[in-house]
Amino acid sequence: MATHSSPIAGGNIAGLADLTGMIVERFGDQVAQLRAGANFILTLSVGQPSALPTLAQFLFWEHGCLFGGITAEEHSNHWQIHYTFLLPGSGWIDVEFSMALETKTLPSIVTEVHAADWHEREIEDLFGIHFENHPRLGDFVLHDQIWHEGIDPMRKTFSAERPQLERKVDLEWQPLLVVGDPGSFAMPVGPVYEGGIGESLHFLLETVGEDVIRAAPRLFYNYRAVEKIAEGRSIPDALLLAERFAATSAFAHSLAFCLAAERIAAVEAPPRAAALRVLLAELERLRHHAGAIAAICESTALAVAAAQASIIEEQLLRASCVFTDHRYLFGLNTPGGLNRDFELEQCKTLLATVDKAESDLRILERRLRLSSSFLDRLEDVGVVIGESARDLNLVGPIGRASAQHCDLRRACSYSGYGRLAFDVPCETEGDGYARLRILFAEATQSARLIHQVADTLEGGPVRVAYEVNHAGAALGWTEAPRGAALHWLRVDERGIVERYRAITPSFNNWLGFHVAAENFAFQDFPIILATFGLSATECDR
Amino acid sequence: MSFWFWHGLRKGIQSTRYPARAENTPGVSPGRPVNTDFSTVEEAQLAAEICPTDAIVAHGKSTYVNPGKCVHCQLCLHSLQSPMNWETGYEWTRLPADGKEALPFPASFAKSMHIMVVDAGDCGACLHEVKQLNNPLYNMHRLGFFLTATPRTADLLLVVGPVSENMRGPLLKTWEAMPTTRKVMAVGGCAIAGGVFGKSFMCACGVSAVLPVDFEVPGNPPPPLAILHGLLVVAGRKSLNSPRPISEGRP
Ligand code: SF4
Repeated sequence: MATHSSPIAGGNIAGLADLTGMIVERFGDQVAQLRAGANFILTLSVGQPSALPTLAQFLFWEHGCLFGGITAEEHSNHWQIHYTFLLPGSGWIDVEFSMALETKTLPSIVTEVHAADWHEREIEDLFGIHFENHPRLGDFVLHDQIWHEGIDPMRKTFSAERPQLERKVDLEWQPLLVVGDPGSFAMPVGPVYEGGIGESLHFLLETVGEDVIRAAPRLFYNYRAVEKIAEGRSIPDALLLAERFAATSAFAHSLAFCLAAERIAAVEAPPRAAALRVLLAELERLRHHAGAIAAICESTALAVAAAQASIIEEQLLRASCVFTDHRYLFGLNTPGGLNRDFELEQCKTLLATVDKAESDLRILERRLRLSSSFLDRLEDVGVVIGESARDLNLVGPIGRASAQHCDLRRACSYSGYGRLAFDVPCETEGDGYARLRILFAEATQSARLIHQVADTLEGGPVRVAYEVNHAGAALGWTEAPRGAALHWLRVDERGIVERYRAITPSFNNWLGFHVAAENFAFQDFPIILATFGLSATECDR
Repeated sequence: MSFWFWHGLRKGIQSTRYPARAENTPGVSPGRPVNTDFSTVEEAQLAAEICPTDAIVAHGKSTYVNPGKCVHCQLCLHSLQSPMNWETGYEWTRLPADGKEALPFPASFAKSMHIMVVDAGDCGACLHEVKQLNNPLYNMHRLGFFLTATPRTADLLLVVGPVSENMRGPLLKTWEAMPTTRKVMAVGGCAIAGGVFGKSFMCACGVSAVLPVDFEVPGNPPPPLAILHGLLVVAGRKSLNSPRPISEGRP
């Protein structure tokens, strides 16, 4: 094994020297190269695919790394597969494996890292790479009733513009049902909701009568092939996609995209822009959480509380609009900083609304705590215990309600979060009520961050010149309102996007939804769904 | 628990007075760019060039905006020396560009209209704004607009999103299940012209590629009041937005 003479040996990053030593000892020849880089604190090139599962198992379970995701890239004559892990407090680790384009099989790491399940399914469906020993490949992003296998739209040879008219669809296709008891049946819900407004998403509630045994979501109705159509676009054009594929967390995603683009060009947003980005990101989180709280109250039919929370949300939407000219914070981020600056007066008006929202939320929380019939419906409902949450690598507020502390603002700071004081609330019960408490606690922290930023805002420009004149790739990440968002961007020397990959918290967490939705009463279904608060469109991209 | 009742009452009436009176609270609408006359040809040219979706067309010193194509990126507001004019309203509902004359529902619908909402690949913003109509600040129920429990009893199909291929089937099925007196309203830039997603193997580039559309509500996303205006237009209680005659970027 060749070790680079790069700064990692010094181990100025906590835990990294240890880790490198252990990898050298354990994996010896299987890891062809070990190097530090601008993007990742550590890149491991794996020589033999057989080493992937054991290496993944070592990093995830033995070394306590978090799983980021899997990204496949098709180069002119080879595949490059990135398995991304996070060493909390230090940075990202890239386990990289290259193979000839003709080789289209890889060992699955699902047995070792359960959280890789959907990543492998997605890559199989969109690139046609087969994962050996994966329990269930096939029908995933491209629904088998309307698409046949082998289309592989993410391959470079596939043209996104050409409509796929001739499809050999599988008319026999049937959803996979697990419950086989006599008298059991499946109740379909969605993708079009009757009497309500919901994102396109389908569930099969498998039941034997009163109780639902299992509820499996079927996603990707909103798949717009964002990663595919981004290819060939310029960075600003691709940014429009990054910002608009999941609008309820538009700012977090556009920020992650811009951070990646900035890392490629070795440009950093000026301090004022970085601070304002934190302010805007926290404004988005506050608004999102107010909306999520409203949805939870509504799912339990507590109409007054739902109304009051949705008023808070609307007030924040209006304040966002007054402050930025857009209710969902579109059009602000740009590679190199922000598109515009804000006046002090504007900040003051915003702060007043934020304070009001925060104190209203506190009052609401106090009242909810006194509403025993409301709490009865949340407590012990949709429980995800800590071990499952770890196993499935749940992120964001859902993970933190099940004792998973990870918050990227802390675990791998960006945009100056490292210098700010805030708490990362964490609960252990993992039920609906714990998730509600996390939402309230995080909303308070967001208001605190907004104040800190506004109080210490420096002058100066909000944007630096941005230009790409060399090919490169980089990872950008943010803690979006629903959890960790990872954006991987590769551009050529003219700044044209060659590969864009967005790993979203909803994609991550939908995988774990079935754990919460096991053996429950029918009427609890909307509550479990609301306390998870996931977005289908953020997952589908 | 009874305290909720009191807290509810104590808040008083929060709903907007719209449509009886104009609602002008700051932040209810982001506004939008409108046709602008510049002092030089170059300025008009620059405005047309900065727009990433070609929503602005320059013609001499004037520019024309096609609101269906605008994705509200704000570049023509904040990144130009001489920015585009920006209107602050929200009564934007218009007929589709194909020139078809859709009529609103007859007067019998004015007091009660039942709506079926379909998310056909939407990013969440338009759907979220539709959802806001249910909150007490907008409260569409007070105007007789209801969400139905089945397409069989729906009068209006409200579609958001560019129509993703995986949603094409469910959308068509919903439409087919509705009574033939149905009207279709496309809400948001994506539902009108595909938005940033455009046409691809996965996106139909707007609802009109799949279904006949009767009314359009432009915006990215259109704010709740713009959607409410749309509902009022369909119910025959408000008139269409009539911009300066030369619109649609086709001088
Ligand atoms: S705000 Fe609309 S019209 Fe103006 S540049 Fe952006 S997309 Fe074009």
